[in-house]
Amino acid sequence: MMAKVVTVTSGKGGVGKTTTTANLGVALARLGKRVTLIDADIGLRNLDIVLGLENRIVYDLVDIVEGRAKLRQAMIKHKTLPELYLVPAAQTRDKTAVSPQDMVTLANQLRQEMDFILIDCPAGIERGFRNAVAPADEVLIVTNPEVSAVRDADRIIGLLEAERKGPGRLILNRVKAEMIRKGEMLSPDDVTDILGIKIIGIVPEDEYVVPSSNSGNPVTLMENSRAGKAFHNIARRLMGEKVPFLPLEEKRGFLHQLGRLFGGGGA
Amino acid sequence: MRDQMVSIKGINDGLHIDLDPDQEWNVVTAELASRIDQQAAFYAGAKVTLDVGSRPVRRDELTSIKALLDRRGLTLACVQSESQTALDAAVALDLRIIALNAAVTPNNNDGVGAFSSEEDGTLGVLVRRTLRSGRTVHSRGHVVIYGDVNPGAEVVASGDVIVWGRLRGNVHAGADGDTNAIVCALDMTPTQLRIAHMISTSPPDKRHKAKPEVALVRDGRIIVETWQ
Repeated sequence: MMAKVVTVTSGKGGVGKTTTTANLGVALARLGKRVTLIDADIGLRNLDIVLGLENRIVYDLVDIVEGRAKLRQAMIKHKTLPELYLVPAAQTRDKTAVSPQDMVTLANQLRQEMDFILIDCPAGIERGFRNAVAPADEVLIVTNPEVSAVRDADRIIGLLEAERKGPGRLILNRVKAEMIRKGEMLSPDDVTDILGIKIIGIVPEDEYVVPSSNSGNPVTLMENSRAGKAFHNIARRLMGEKVPFLPLEEKRGFLHQLGRLFGGGGA
Repeated sequence: MRDQMVSIKGINDGLHIDLDPDQEWNVVTAELASRIDQQAAFYAGAKVTLDVGSRPVRRDELTSIKALLDRRGLTLACVQSESQTALDAAVALDLRIIALNAAVTPNNNDGVGAFSSEEDGTLGVLVRRTLRSGRTVHSRGHVVIYGDVNPGAEVVASGDVIVWGRLRGNVHAGADGDTNAIVCALDMTPTQLRIAHMISTSPPDKRHKAKPEVALVRDGRIIVETWQ
């Protein structure tokens, strides 16, 4: 089996690329897959923190590319999941330290030994983006249900199509059902209406995400997190399984349902 | 007759590179490479507008010239062409395009307005895909988009603009001052719509229902009518 290289990108910053990459990596590893995560955000590395591996970094991506370390030496094994590895970004350099061709070479070295290689793409559409996308077999575009994030996602999809990597599949992150129902937030339909690509997952806003990222334990490791559940389902869809989408809202009482019937509006 | 097959000129925001459409492609690109290499440091970092004239440059050819420029630190930003093939290739590569095909009229060099739009039609550019955010199409003739124009995309035409899809980005018809120019769309909700020197915006969304509409200038202002 050859690994599938999946790049997680967004255009806009702060929509949840790194959180998504970390959680999908954890979810895939828990489903028994061999996974390597590559942090392509050179100069602004984060993925190691979200995974709780910051203090284990010895070598990084740039060390591999410039020949100071072998790939195996730079791969950090996760604390509890034996088949999850991280190749951290360098913190002291910038995006130009690595070329798109370097990334292709690196990914190809890993393909034989892995099932999935996930690449965490930096924000923006410049060199860092091109580096991260170059080796991709599939691209996941993370966006939030707000106009500026969707606009940037649209730009990214256009660029992916130009690189023949498109159109990719969409992860709609930080969705608040309550606000959609009131018409204050774009619904999944509004977003696909503009972007015209398939959604692979809808991740609800979840107060567990921030503390879990801070402590280095992605929410997917928690049993009762709705966001964790959503990431788990996306991982299964990446593996080719058909998994139904979670309902946007948790089940509520009969009165609530009745309220929705009479003038709740179209969520 | 041109005296050299590659001409490089500085323009306000970068370089304008003109390639002789009649010479062998390989010869022209090799010449371009060597011309840049002679002054590599001087050209590095420049944004390039490439004028390929009437040559029908294919997508793979355009990709390779983009890579050629890339390797020398130059960015191909825009393609100017009279050929629909070259324009299609540029659109596929997400480059800005400037369509010059309105200039290729029969007997163009006579200096006579040799073709009558009523008999021969007016030339334009057809884009058969959705224009996503950040993409621009410029044309000296008309522009037809078979697809949507998303917010953040831009169409500028000296003639008319027809969108067989949803128009949500910026559009400018009659950009050289023609107030007879029109804009048509199946769903007309542009961010901004300009005809000649006039500007209008879409009214704020109130239960908007998609229907084909035409924007045109009447009594010195832009109005939008339902198409029938």
